[in-house]
Amino acid sequence: MNDIGLFHFLFVSCALFFIGVYGFLTRRNLITMLMSVELILNSVNINFIAFNKFLYADKLDGLFFTIFIITIAAAEASVAIAIIINLYRNHKTIDVEETDVMKF
Amino acid sequence: MLSTSLIILIPLLPLLTFVLIALVGRKYFPSLCGALGTIALLTAFILSITVAYDYFFVAGKVGDVYQQIIPFKMTWLQFSPNVSIDMGIILDPISVMMLVVVTLISLMVHFYSLGYMKGEERYATYYSFLGLFTFSMLGLVMSSNIFQIYIFWELVGVSSYLLIGYYFDKPSAVAASKKAFIVTRFADLGFLIGILILSFYAGTLDFQTLILRLTTQTDQLHTIVAASFLGCSALTWGLVLVFIGGAGKSAMFPLHIWLPDAMEGPTPVSALIHAATMVVAGVFLVARLFPIYAISCPPALDVVMWVGITSSFIAAVIACTQTDIKRVLAYSTMSQIGYMMFSLGVSRYGGENGLGYMASMFHLFTHAMFKALLFLGAGAVIHYVHSNEMKDMGGLRKLMPITHITFLVACLAIAGIPPFAGFFSKEEILQAAFNSNKVIFGIAILTAAITAFYMFRLYFNIFWSKDYHAHSDGHHEPHHGEAPGTMLIPLLILGVMSVCAGFIPFGKLVTSDGKFLPTEFHPTFSIAPVLLATLGILIAWSFYKTENSKPQKMANGLSGLYQGAYHKFYIDEIYLFITKKVIFNLIGRPAAWFDRNIVDGFMNLLATITGKISFIIKGLQSGKLQNYAAYFFAGVIGFVLIFIYMWT
Amino acid sequence: MSPSTIIFYLLAAVIIGGALMAVTSLKIFRSAVFLLFSLIGIAGLYFYLDYEFIAAVQVIVYVGGIVVLIIFSIFLTHGSGEDMKRPHWIRAVYSALAAAFGCILTMFYISQYTFTTSGKPAVEPSAGNIGAQMLSTTGHGYILPFEVVSMLLLAAMIGCIVIAIKVKIPPHELLAEKTDNDSMEMTEPILANTQTEI
Repeated sequence: MNDIGLFHFLFVSCALFFIGVYGFLTRRNLITMLMSVELILNSVNINFIAFNKFLYADKLDGLFFTIFIITIAAAEASVAIAIIINLYRNHKTIDVEETDVMKF
Repeated sequence: MLSTSLIILIPLLPLLTFVLIALVGRKYFPSLCGALGTIALLTAFILSITVAYDYFFVAGKVGDVYQQIIPFKMTWLQFSPNVSIDMGIILDPISVMMLVVVTLISLMVHFYSLGYMKGEERYATYYSFLGLFTFSMLGLVMSSNIFQIYIFWELVGVSSYLLIGYYFDKPSAVAASKKAFIVTRFADLGFLIGILILSFYAGTLDFQTLILRLTTQTDQLHTIVAASFLGCSALTWGLVLVFIGGAGKSAMFPLHIWLPDAMEGPTPVSALIHAATMVVAGVFLVARLFPIYAISCPPALDVVMWVGITSSFIAAVIACTQTDIKRVLAYSTMSQIGYMMFSLGVSRYGGENGLGYMASMFHLFTHAMFKALLFLGAGAVIHYVHSNEMKDMGGLRKLMPITHITFLVACLAIAGIPPFAGFFSKEEILQAAFNSNKVIFGIAILTAAITAFYMFRLYFNIFWSKDYHAHSDGHHEPHHGEAPGTMLIPLLILGVMSVCAGFIPFGKLVTSDGKFLPTEFHPTFSIAPVLLATLGILIAWSFYKTENSKPQKMANGLSGLYQGAYHKFYIDEIYLFITKKVIFNLIGRPAAWFDRNIVDGFMNLLATITGKISFIIKGLQSGKLQNYAAYFFAGVIGFVLIFIYMWT
Repeated sequence: MSPSTIIFYLLAAVIIGGALMAVTSLKIFRSAVFLLFSLIGIAGLYFYLDYEFIAAVQVIVYVGGIVVLIIFSIFLTHGSGEDMKRPHWIRAVYSALAAAFGCILTMFYISQYTFTTSGKPAVEPSAGNIGAQMLSTTGHGYILPFEVVSMLLLAAMIGCIVIAIKVKIPPHELLAEKTDNDSMEMTEPILANTQTEI
């Protein structure tokens, strides 16, 4: 892995991040939007791990951040899915275009 | 001397009953509230009697002079190192005397109301209001600080308002309570400005220091007396403004218009507030500041004198024509308070010249007794016939013998027939007037005669005149004879007081400078007033003993005067004209127009603009999640570009 | 091209490709499976960096937990067979351009930047070291965030139950009835008719 450095990892995470953003902006289904958010979070995790590995190998802080982000992501996903299911029950749809009652 | 805590207890007991009844009693034991209030008042009365005894005969005198004792004082609001509003108690002859008067009359009224108000729906509320009033009145008379007195002054105003409006389902009672509150409040504005002027020049609010600084002849005092505004000195203005407050509370002309209407309240309340205690607060206030009036500013005292005598005379004339018995009594109250006022006005400070002051306080004391008795008697009559009008009465002397006797005693007392209480105090007043101003004396003695006439007009109309018939509609049969015992006992006690109170040696107890003032009794001087009073009684006897046409002829003969007096000299109409026509049209309407069109218009304009703009941009709030996300993302990229531009 | 380089590019291809398919596929179930691939690729990346513990957590929590949860919710809410609606083309173009612009901008500035390493000797990222630092209260111990996160998980758990709880009476009717009757009388039938979803 001589020629694989920090930049490679950052590029991968950057690409993943903007793919997630693209998905979040275009998808009309709430569950797929949630998937996009998971992608964005994972790109951040890759960043933390890469920085820890290549810049601060004497510490474990990046690793801890990753662990906490994973934990929070799990909590966030479960709450989001609970909300989506409740929404589906009340509106019979999970299309964001149709759930627009919260306006003026 | 009594311990301080017991003295504080005197005003606090009624307050306690007020709080207790208002918070829990009204809901959980409404029928016991009357007894609770009466017992508390009885305790307070016993305490004040003890205080009075201790003050007058044990602890109050140093050498020959009654001292002002301050058993309790605490700083409440500290404005500057020198000026603070204190809460304190002052004991001096007038406050101790008022303590006894207020607790005695209040106790009588509490006791009387047990019978009079029985079965009322808001019985407990009534007693809580009575407690509040008694607390405020006691606080007022014991205040050691001019601002403290102002606070209690407003408190009695509020409790008076509450009690006048007790029958709040009667529109006239509501209007009367509002009128009383607004008129007295208007006068209190003068009082407040007066307080500010006095305290500004004296640099203190404390009574003792205030009086000391404004009566000691110093350069500072001379500058105040010299400082002139519209022809009067600043001190005169201050004192006159304070007197305006007192005149409003004491129903002096021309601020008297609220008092007759205040009779819409329950009759015991009229006895307590609008006859014996609250309305004399103005007299008390002038007496409290009397050294300043008398030593530093005699012109202000002349104002007091003329206002007093005018009110006294006008009220007496109006009282001759009224047919509502409570209104007659209201005007007679006003007339008698006018007596006290001009008696203060003709007096000067110290020694022989202080006769008027002593007489005024004496009359205040005796008047409280017989006027409360008159009102309570009138209450018993109203309780019996269920009407306030004279034409519904007559011939009641056989049906209500005890009420009849006590009422007669009170009428004799107010007319000034010896040996009843009113005779002695009125003699002192007339003597003081005779010594200082003959014109005043003339009007006063005429007023005394008129007083005797209208009081006996009232008496004969109620108890003699014609035989009593129940109402023509017959819904009320004379089912009971005399009023219940709870109502008769106060009548009897007050009747005894009305006979005996005149023998109290007031010259020894209450004088302007605290020293002994020997009063001589001049039989020759008394002849004229007594004869005039007897003449008044005789005229009333011939007019009203039996039904006849003489009063009608008399009224026709003096039709102009009669009509004027009957309509209370159109003073209410003048007020209405000034407020409705002049103030409303000239000030109110333009102000309302300005408010509606300019102030509101500006606000409406702002609101309209905001509304229009938000209508234009509300499309941005589409409620679609991804639109928001897109705005957000665009914003983030925008910020990133800005930062890159700035830092590279 | 050494083997490790090949492995890295392979993993990167799996991650990016999986992510792209996950956000563009019209079948929702397929997109979930592509997400799964992408996440496994990321776990592989952690293995590649010798962080076995994180890789294991990634597989357990994401692959074993979140993706399974997403698939469950797909079954609960959506006909998984039918195609999803296409995005509006203006939005798609805008998003693609914005994402591409942002991506290129970020990559450009990353490549411009020179990172400096601390250069100190590395610490073994073993489970033992991680656990010791996670639960220590001194130095750079993470005991406080650990406790806070545990509270967060508890709150999320309760929140999920409350949100997803199945109420027979719809909420707006419940509100209307509460104003009519005394609320004390209403609570019992509501509790009796509820059943938990999660």
